[in-house]
Amino acid sequence: MIELQAVSVAFPSNDRAGAAIQAVRDASLTVDRGEVFGIVGSSGAGKSTLVRTINLLERPSSGRVIVNGTELTALGARELRRERQKIGMIFQHFNLMHTRTVWDNAAFALRIAGASRADIRRRVPELLALVGLSDKAGAYPAQLSGGQKQRVGIARALANHPELLLCDEPTSALDLETSAGVLALLKEINQQLGLTIVIISHEMAVIKAVCDRVAVMDGGRIVEQGTVYEIFARPRHPFTRELVDRTFNLELPGRHLDAIHGTLLKVLFLGEKAETPVLFEAARSCNVGVNILHGKIEYVGDRAIGLLVVSLTGTAAGVEAAVAFIRDRTERVEVLHG
Amino acid sequence: MDSLLAMLPDLVTAFKETFLMLGVSTAFALIGGVPLGFFLFITQRRLFWENRAANAVGNVLVNVIRSVPFVILLVLLLPLTQLLLKTTIGPVAASVPLSVAAIAFYARLVQGSLCEVDSGVIEAAQAFGASPAMIIRSVLFREALPGLLRGLTVTVISLVGYSAMAGIVGGGGVGDLAIRFGYYRYQTGVMVVTVAALVVLVQVIQVLGDYLVRRADLKAK
Repeated sequence: MIELQAVSVAFPSNDRAGAAIQAVRDASLTVDRGEVFGIVGSSGAGKSTLVRTINLLERPSSGRVIVNGTELTALGARELRRERQKIGMIFQHFNLMHTRTVWDNAAFALRIAGASRADIRRRVPELLALVGLSDKAGAYPAQLSGGQKQRVGIARALANHPELLLCDEPTSALDLETSAGVLALLKEINQQLGLTIVIISHEMAVIKAVCDRVAVMDGGRIVEQGTVYEIFARPRHPFTRELVDRTFNLELPGRHLDAIHGTLLKVLFLGEKAETPVLFEAARSCNVGVNILHGKIEYVGDRAIGLLVVSLTGTAAGVEAAVAFIRDRTERVEVLHG
Repeated sequence: MDSLLAMLPDLVTAFKETFLMLGVSTAFALIGGVPLGFFLFITQRRLFWENRAANAVGNVLVNVIRSVPFVILLVLLLPLTQLLLKTTIGPVAASVPLSVAAIAFYARLVQGSLCEVDSGVIEAAQAFGASPAMIIRSVLFREALPGLLRGLTVTVISLVGYSAMAGIVGGGGVGDLAIRFGYYRYQTGVMVVTVAALVVLVQVIQVLGDYLVRRADLKAK
C-alpha cells in the first residue's frame, strides 16, 4: 500500500550560516494493505515529518514515495492533488474550520473532490452516523469536546472513501478516556472498511492498542521495525528498550533496592512459557527462596508478555543454578542486583 | 446660531464630498488591498505559492507607500492624478492618493488577519487535495472574514482622518470645512459642529463594522 524508499527530509536552517536540519534520514518502510501501522518515537524524532511525506505535505529532499502503486514523488501538482483526495488524514489539533459547522467540515473533502450537491447530501449523514455525531450536524467546532472534534476530523478524512488514513498524533490532545474511544473507532474503521491506517504516536500504549506493526524512530532514523508483539517482547535497539520499559513501568522504590538480600532478577515470560510454574520449580529443585517483588502481564493482541521482578535467596551455588534454570525456561533474564 | 444655520448647505456639501472620497477609496481598498494582502500572504515562506522575490517586491512597495506621511503623498501623487483625471482639484481627484494609501494600508491588515488563520487548517485542505484557488476561496477567505471586516473598519476610519487633509489639494470635505471656517475664520461654532459630526460618523462606521464582524463571527464563539 505504501512504500517509502530511502526517504530523507532536510529543512533549511533558520540562520544563514547553520547547516540544514535533517528531520528524517534515509527512512524506508513498507505498509501492507489493510494493516494498522504505527510509527513511534519521542518528540523531535521526525515521525510527524515522516508521515507528512506519505502524502507529500513534506516533500522529501531525496528518496521515493509510492502509495497504492503510484509514485507520488514523480507527480505534477494537479495529479498529486488528485491522489491526495484518496488519502485521508487526521491531525493532533484536529484542524477543523472554525467558521463552519460539523456538517460543512465533514463535507469539505467532498467539495474539494468535486462531489455534487446530491452526493454531499447523501454522504455527510452517513459519515456523521459512522462517527456517532448525527445529532451535532449544526454545531460549530468551538461547541464540541476534543473527542468530538477528532470524530469530525475522522468523518472528513473518510468522506471520499480513501483506502489509506494517515493519523498524526490523533489522541495526543485528548484525555485518556476520550483517546480510548477514538482509538476504538479507528480500529473499527480498519476492520469494517478494510482501511489501511498509519498512526503516529509518542505513546507505546496507543501503538499497543491498535497497531499490527510498528516502526521505532529516533533521531530521524527508523531504528527498528516489526510486529507490535515482537517489539514489546524482544526490543533490540536501546531506545526501543527504554520505550518498552517505560510502558511496563516496573520501578522498584529505592529503599527497597538497598535493603534487598540475595539476587534480584527481572524475568520476561512470553506466550505459553508464561503458563508453566518455572519459579516454583526453580525454588524446589535448587533449594532457594523466591520472592516476587513486582510484576505485570501485558496482552498484545491476545498474546501475553509477562515481566516479573523476583529476588532469590540461598547458597551461592543454589542461586546460580536457579538463575540458569530460569534462564533456560523463560525468554530473558536480567540480573539487576547481586 | 444663525451663522450655523447658514452653514448648513455648506456642511451638507462637505459631507457629500467626504462620502464620495470615502466611497471611492474604500472601494479601491477592497479591489486592490484584498488581492495585494492575499498575495503578500501566500508568497510568504513555507506557503503554497512561496516566492521570496515577489514577496519582497510587494513588501517594499507597501512599506514605501506606508512610510510617506499622507499630506506628502497627497502632493507627491499630483502628477499621477493629473495623468488619470486631467485635473488635480475636487473630491474625485483627492480620491486618487486616498485610494493608493488605502490599498497599502488595508493590504497589510489583510495579510495580518490571514496570518491569524490556523495554519493547520490550511495544511488539512492541502492534505485533502484542495487547489490553491480553493484554499484561498473556501479556507483563507472564510476563516479570515471576521478579521478582514475588522481591518476594513479600521481602514475606513483612518480614511475619514486622511480625507480631512484633502483640502490641501482642493479636495473639500468635512475636515476642510472645519479648517477653513473653524480655524482660519475663528468660527469656533463651525469647528465644534463639524467635529461633533465626525465623531458621530466614526461611531456609526465602528458600530456598523462591529455588527458585520459579529455576523461573520457568530459561529466561532
